[in-house]
Amino acid sequence: MLEILLILLKIVLIVVPLIIAVAYLTFMERKIIGYMQVRIGPNRVGPKGLLQPFADTLKLLLKEVIIPTNANRYLFLIAPILSLAPAIAAWAVIPFGMMEATETSPAKPLALTNIDASLLYILALTSIGVYGVLIAGWASNSKYAFLGAMRSAAQIVSYEIAMGFALVGVLMAAQSINLAEIVNQQSGGIWQWYWLPLLPLFIIYLVSGVAETNRAPFDVAEGESEIVAGFHVEYSGVAFAVFFLAEYANIILISMLTALMFLGGWLSPFESIPVVQDWFTWVPGMAWLLAKTCFIMFCFLWFRATFPRYRYDQIMRLGWKVFIPITIIWILVVGVAIVMKLPPWFDAA
Amino acid sequence: MPELRNMTLNFGPQHPAAHGVLRLVLEMEGETILRADPHVGLLHRGTEKLAESKPYNQSIGYMDRLDYVSMMSNEHGYVLAIEKLLGVEVPERGQYIRVMFDEITRILNHLLWLGAHALDVGAMTMFLYCFREREDLMDCYEAVSGARLHATYYRPGGVARDLPDEMPQYEKSQFRSDKDLERLNANRNGSLLDFIEDFTRRFPGYVDEYETLLTDNRIWKQRTVGIGVVTPERALQMGFTGPMLRGSGIAWDLRKKQPYEVYHKLDFDIPVGVEGDSYDRYLVRIEEMRQSNSIVKQCIDWLRENKGPINIVNHKFSPPKREDMKHDMETLIHHFKLFTEGYCLPEGEAYAAIEHPKGEFGVYLISDGANKPYRLKIRAPGFAHLAGFDEMIRGHMLSDVVAIIGTQDIVFGEIDR
Repeated sequence: MLEILLILLKIVLIVVPLIIAVAYLTFMERKIIGYMQVRIGPNRVGPKGLLQPFADTLKLLLKEVIIPTNANRYLFLIAPILSLAPAIAAWAVIPFGMMEATETSPAKPLALTNIDASLLYILALTSIGVYGVLIAGWASNSKYAFLGAMRSAAQIVSYEIAMGFALVGVLMAAQSINLAEIVNQQSGGIWQWYWLPLLPLFIIYLVSGVAETNRAPFDVAEGESEIVAGFHVEYSGVAFAVFFLAEYANIILISMLTALMFLGGWLSPFESIPVVQDWFTWVPGMAWLLAKTCFIMFCFLWFRATFPRYRYDQIMRLGWKVFIPITIIWILVVGVAIVMKLPPWFDAA
Repeated sequence: MPELRNMTLNFGPQHPAAHGVLRLVLEMEGETILRADPHVGLLHRGTEKLAESKPYNQSIGYMDRLDYVSMMSNEHGYVLAIEKLLGVEVPERGQYIRVMFDEITRILNHLLWLGAHALDVGAMTMFLYCFREREDLMDCYEAVSGARLHATYYRPGGVARDLPDEMPQYEKSQFRSDKDLERLNANRNGSLLDFIEDFTRRFPGYVDEYETLLTDNRIWKQRTVGIGVVTPERALQMGFTGPMLRGSGIAWDLRKKQPYEVYHKLDFDIPVGVEGDSYDRYLVRIEEMRQSNSIVKQCIDWLRENKGPINIVNHKFSPPKREDMKHDMETLIHHFKLFTEGYCLPEGEAYAAIEHPKGEFGVYLISDGANKPYRLKIRAPGFAHLAGFDEMIRGHMLSDVVAIIGTQDIVFGEIDR
């Protein structure tokens, strides 16, 4: 009984900050893009506009969920849930730091569950998210939504593979598919993190992550100026808010995964630099992890403010003809490096 | 087996990229467009018919509302037609002011086009950057006419007022600190000409900024190179004008070919494209902005040196001075007659065309000798461009629809009239 309560407490400790983070990510998006576009962004609700996300949520909650006459009501309502559930469930295996070893227990990661195949679990769950988009597009029975769903399906097929291959490179380098283990393998300073030896995979993972979350410049499934709002064009009120929540939860998830797998997770960037590393020993690991995640999230917003949108056949071309060959080649390179025990990254393994 | 049919998609009139009220019926196979059928008429206001029931001067304001992003250019075409029938000569200062505002209008139009085009293709930051510069030019409109959009500034025989010696300044309010006020008014301490000159100095730098965001951007190139190609022959056959024609490589510009006002005294170049695709038209319009900026500069230099009348002094056509009306009976009568009955044009017909930012904007006027036109026909460049839409889009994809609407620089005010 106590164990179940403990698990529930952990879930609350993950989900509540996550939802607050989503709310403030939307706020930061509007502020950051606003400043990039010589605007101010929201500043009316609450001090400096800080209550804006709550005002938006309240507005969406009070609105009617309109179900189009020709839509399939059940699928129409299941779709947003299907896209939100995996986005939140994936957080179950994310390690946020390491707990120091005590007399009674060895050092273990700070996570809801520490399963061995956590990388595989994440890959599986993030792929399920697209079903929400697909079903939303089909169930709406609207042409624009249908086009959005088709584009999304095509996009996911091409990017999942590149993303999967990028992860293969990571697990080869770390010799593990446990996220905490992957982070621990990167210890030894900023040059030991996998972004450097796996640089092509790092970039491809980041770009695929942007594509996976349907963010600009890969937001063809939403395609504001082309297919209006794509798959969620018929949604309103809470149902729309849930899609929104899922999209931003996914952004945070992808950013955190990038930080964990390529940027050394909770490890300090000053590790193994004499003198300097001692100045930062007081900083908790989770702060480093959050800082790295925030940096990646900032990049997401930065991309959105800078780039025009790809056409959907061009996205496919990029995925199939550029990313997949590069990942395959780099996996081979990594394989050879591991066999040759190439220093300084692969000599330990 | 059921009969297979292509999907028809109703694109607009309520669509974020419909540029107003464009309605397209698209016949698609997957995302590929097989046929596009533009439906027009949703913004029809009967401008041509309305003009038949009003004295000539009262229709100037309607011209602003045709292409509502290049207001003064529309007026220019209309007043030129009246002047042609009247046979009056505009004073040189009036001509320079008109040319200067024509080019300011061209920059205004191209800025909106660039912003909207980039927004359609997905680069939304461009839109706000362009509107930042439009704001300054709108202030020029406001300083000279009192209105930011629908200026009604040109008159047959010249322009309504001379350029103001003082640029209006921002005033103090609870939302602006003294520091903000100082920054906002920094370039507003002199005359309107000083303000515009300051703008022309800053503007080339802004255009460079836009170009760093777009010109060499791979995504932008992928979205525009080879999209909506028009061969020079087809461009001529379909009646394309302006950047749409020049993008295809034909150096046709009424400012050079049939110079009106003082364009023959000014030094500027006509950019032309090579491929006739959206990217070339983008480059042409960007270069046109730079050229317009240099024309504005030349006009400022001339206007600083030369004072003089800005309108013909014949009070049958231009309003008399206010103070003269207080003691001169005849002047009072002139004023009254001009603002009620207007003036009569000699019987006949005239066609006047100007190089509008979008192409050739022509006004065909038939007069039966009354104080109103017998018939007014407006030749809007956008109409011919939209008619070529189907040909440009065939075989492209849905995303290219918005790119081509953008590159055509469609504004529905002039197409539907």
